[in-house]
Amino acid sequence: MDILLNGETHAVPEGCTVAELLRRNDLAERRVAVEVNRTIVPRSRHETHALAAGDEVEIVHAIGGG
Amino acid sequence: MATNLPEAAPARADKPLTIAGRTYQSRLLTGTGKYRDLEETRQATEAAGAEIVTVAIRRSNIGQDPSQPNLLDVLPPDRFTILPNTAGCYTADDAVRTLRLARELLDGHSLVKLEVLGDRTTLYPDVMETVKATETLVREGFQVMVYCSDDPVLARRYEELGAVAVMPLAAPIGSGLGIQNRWNLIEIIENAKVPIIVDAGVGTASDAAIAMELGCDGVLMNTAIAGAREPVRMARAMRLAIEAGREAFLAGRIARRRHASASSPLDGLIG
Repeated sequence: MDILLNGETHAVPEGCTVAELLRRNDLAERRVAVEVNRTIVPRSRHETHALAAGDEVEIVHAIGGG
Repeated sequence: MATNLPEAAPARADKPLTIAGRTYQSRLLTGTGKYRDLEETRQATEAAGAEIVTVAIRRSNIGQDPSQPNLLDVLPPDRFTILPNTAGCYTADDAVRTLRLARELLDGHSLVKLEVLGDRTTLYPDVMETVKATETLVREGFQVMVYCSDDPVLARRYEELGAVAVMPLAAPIGSGLGIQNRWNLIEIIENAKVPIIVDAGVGTASDAAIAMELGCDGVLMNTAIAGAREPVRMARAMRLAIEAGREAFLAGRIARRRHASASSPLDGLIG
């Protein structure tokens, strides 16, 4: 199924969880925050939150800025 | 080289900068953008002596090298107070959304820098959107340090809305024009019950010193350091300027007078 990940179409397996999405993109060990359909998914729920087709997912991190 | 100069007298006591109940020895807050690399970011931050560093929140790069170092590896949150900002946001909604993500990213950390921009040329803050975002964020338990124009009435309003620090600009972000309206800043400082941090517009060390001499509680800067020919050296210059300006403020400057006032006694002149 397709989701929208950081603004771009991204294919993931059916039932893919947030944690699985992070692992598939080498982000599991990184400090990131995840939002699905404009709602924060806390780290404690990454393993259980299953994505649905068409979900809009944002994964963000901290970078240099003023 | 004059190596035998005596050490400067030890600093006399000053109360620390307190923001949202937490105290800081440094009154220089720094941004982390525009550096050549993370190593230069780290060195400049160390040279500045900054304890509060602001960071931007952006989309992670999907499918890029996972071994690339992370900003928070060189500026670890257990050593620095990380101040996530909303740079680049033009609406209250985008700013609030960004800071909710930041709070999740930083494990519930609630101290944030709110900036909602209204114009791409001046990067002046959008007052209406900033007020709206401040209200929402305060309601949601954030501790908001708010970037705003140097308007004394507005500064008071943000304080009344619950901002934990008010951060008026000295000049447009990244302009390096220095303190443009010191009378407004003085007015803001004198009426404030929360810390006043000059945020944006500093160009060089004397600008930072002037801000502190006026009585500001601190200065937040990024471009003035990161854009200098030698950022690490400028970071140190800024640290010294902030300290010098603060000491001068506490010491109390002499009044300005139009005519001269001799420093030597007039009594006992020969002839």
